[in-house]
Amino acid sequence: METKNIMIVGVGGQGSLLASKMLGYLLLSEGYDVKVSEVHGMSQRGGSVVTYVRYGSKVASPVIDKGEADYIVSFELLEAARWLPFLKADGQIVTNIQQIDPMPVITGAAVYPDGLVDKLKTSGAKVDALDCVKLAEEAGSVKAVNLVLMGRLSHYFDLPEEAWMKALEANVPPKFLELNKKAFALGRDAV
Amino acid sequence: MKQLMLGNKAVARGLYEAGCCFVSSYPGTPSTEITEEIAKYDEIYSEWAPNEKVAMESAFGACLSGVRSFCGMKHVGLNVAADPLYTMSYTGVNAGMVIGVADDAGMHSSQNEQDSRHHAIASKVPMLEPSDSQEAYEFAKLAYEISEEFDTPVLLKMCTRVAHSQSIVEPGERTVTKKPYEKNIAKYVMMPGNAKKRHPIVEERTARLTAYAETAPVNRVEMGGTKIGIITASTSYQYVKEVFGDSVSVLKLGMANPLPNKLILDFAAKVEKLIVVEELDPIIENHCKELGLKVSGKDVLPICDEFSQNLIAKALGGEAHEGRALDEQIPMRPPVMCSGCPHRGMFYILKKNKCTVLGDIGCYTLGAVAPLSAMEMTLCMGGSISALHGFNKAGGAENEGRTVAVIGDSTFMHSGMTGLANIAYNQSNSTVIILDNSITGMTGHQQNPTTGYNIKGDPAGKIDLEALCRAMGFNRVRVVDPYDLKAVDEAVKEELAAPEPSVIISRRPCALLKYVKHDPPLKVDPDKCIGCKSCMKIGCPSISIKDGKARVDSTLCVGCNVCTQLCPVGAIGAGNEGKEA
Repeated sequence: METKNIMIVGVGGQGSLLASKMLGYLLLSEGYDVKVSEVHGMSQRGGSVVTYVRYGSKVASPVIDKGEADYIVSFELLEAARWLPFLKADGQIVTNIQQIDPMPVITGAAVYPDGLVDKLKTSGAKVDALDCVKLAEEAGSVKAVNLVLMGRLSHYFDLPEEAWMKALEANVPPKFLELNKKAFALGRDAV
Repeated sequence: MKQLMLGNKAVARGLYEAGCCFVSSYPGTPSTEITEEIAKYDEIYSEWAPNEKVAMESAFGACLSGVRSFCGMKHVGLNVAADPLYTMSYTGVNAGMVIGVADDAGMHSSQNEQDSRHHAIASKVPMLEPSDSQEAYEFAKLAYEISEEFDTPVLLKMCTRVAHSQSIVEPGERTVTKKPYEKNIAKYVMMPGNAKKRHPIVEERTARLTAYAETAPVNRVEMGGTKIGIITASTSYQYVKEVFGDSVSVLKLGMANPLPNKLILDFAAKVEKLIVVEELDPIIENHCKELGLKVSGKDVLPICDEFSQNLIAKALGGEAHEGRALDEQIPMRPPVMCSGCPHRGMFYILKKNKCTVLGDIGCYTLGAVAPLSAMEMTLCMGGSISALHGFNKAGGAENEGRTVAVIGDSTFMHSGMTGLANIAYNQSNSTVIILDNSITGMTGHQQNPTTGYNIKGDPAGKIDLEALCRAMGFNRVRVVDPYDLKAVDEAVKEELAAPEPSVIISRRPCALLKYVKHDPPLKVDPDKCIGCKSCMKIGCPSISIKDGKARVDSTLCVGCNVCTQLCPVGAIGAGNEGKEA
């Protein structure tokens, strides 16, 4: 099988690590060769962060390059736009519509572009945009945005629900399990 | 059972299985998780040392006593530990000793992009270089065998993409072997008479290691198409395989030092065109040239920054992928100090007082970023204090009255203390600010000698910073809370004006520490806010201006109240007082 590529992008501190752990676990248990690559250190302090998840029969490079991503899962709207060049011609974006102003916008040195969801669509990308913060709050905690996104992503995969649930259970603390399951379901079933 | 494992965790697993019993390291991205993972094994004694030199010397002592030992560090950390490294090459080891060093091509979290293979060559110490987690695991084990067989410490070189990528590893069992300690003055006391006899042994060892490299399984040939032959290593190997698969032949080098001769010559003879694909400096390439080979490398590939599959495809005529971009200016998102970061208040006051700030390595280096832009120099660990001394001695009273050094608690223990000793001894009228956030922050919260806890989180010795500074001879040592801007302002003004050297300890734990309790998020009263943007001067990611009024993001704000002190009209207050913006 040809290698498939998933990028998880967002703002440092948003909790994308759990999403990549869960995906890694899921794809490994489905029998794929898997590589997950992330960057630690300075960029985690509120900077733009990216995690690469690659799977297939044999994965070589640990990173995803421009024009290669089958999926971009974005925790923040501007980040979806930033990483768009990495999307394949027929790739799918799944994005939270939350907007977090970066420092140049806060200081007035730059402007946060408006209408990004439409602009992404106009570029020819397939875009699934949802209010993950609202859904996460509905599930019980704003911190569950990552599970809302994973739930939504599961929509595009031909994998059994139990496999996702097993990956979820293996990667979240038991006391937050129900909350996270609810967030996952809300993301999966969102319209 | 097969597991998805971070490269650094795989190193830890390899060390564990090889019977490593002692680990001493200093944190540094991208090397930190090796030691954090080791700390989870109860069978291994592990610790954070104050710096890399101490870590390496401690690991040396452990191997001397007869147990396999390890120390881990980032590339620049190896500079700090270079002193013991170069002479340990002469003494050799008793039980095996492995030194983990992680390079950071692309400088994701580093101050330079040096290639640590140079240290291996210059110190004449063998170096292994894995290209994924399974190799990281296997090479860690192999490193001990080489160490003991050839009587040498062994460098295990990681890079960001191998250290911080997860790939599949199949772990095994741990076996421990120990050796007795035997007194051997000629081998272990490196005074001239003995060292003179050891140097030829080192040269002879390098010759034997070169012979080993010719047939070592870690250096392998993967024959494919013979039009192009690529010699590569580390993560570059993965990019080459991604782009070319089996359409080219590959000589994959797992041993970065010493490099084989015959193996390379034989490979070169089988292919029409020889290319070396290596990140950073042309070390393999130059070796090939010394062997008289016609080779391509840095003529088509860059020395700066890290590689990727598209970069290699474009340079070497493979198929590069293209993406699309929006016709839109996407604002940058640089890292920033977190909401509630205790460093923010201090940098605001330093800027307000028009201080020249000589900085150091840590989260607080972000004090150089707009809008604070309050730091004017950052060089290396501990460099702030020593440079301040030189700056003040050279510039006299004019510099002394407006210049400070800022350094974190962990960095101060690492190598700031010796600079402080120089100020105390040679008496520059310097003002040193220790930003004590009670943790090693940037690398992800490691304990250090000032926190009172060890690597496992158990109570440990705790160095009293105030007492230490006083013992060095500083009469003026004062502690301030960086959330209290008035107190910080007074302290900075008074200590800069004082006629003798002083230390200000700016003390408040990192806002991300789990035990730190936060106040509720602040709110702006839009009726009171006059849109003056005074609160924007501190560069807090929680504060923005919407429709001419300040707004606080309640999902980010931790209620530190630094902004409250800047508002001239009292528009920012606790959540239950202000109105929803």
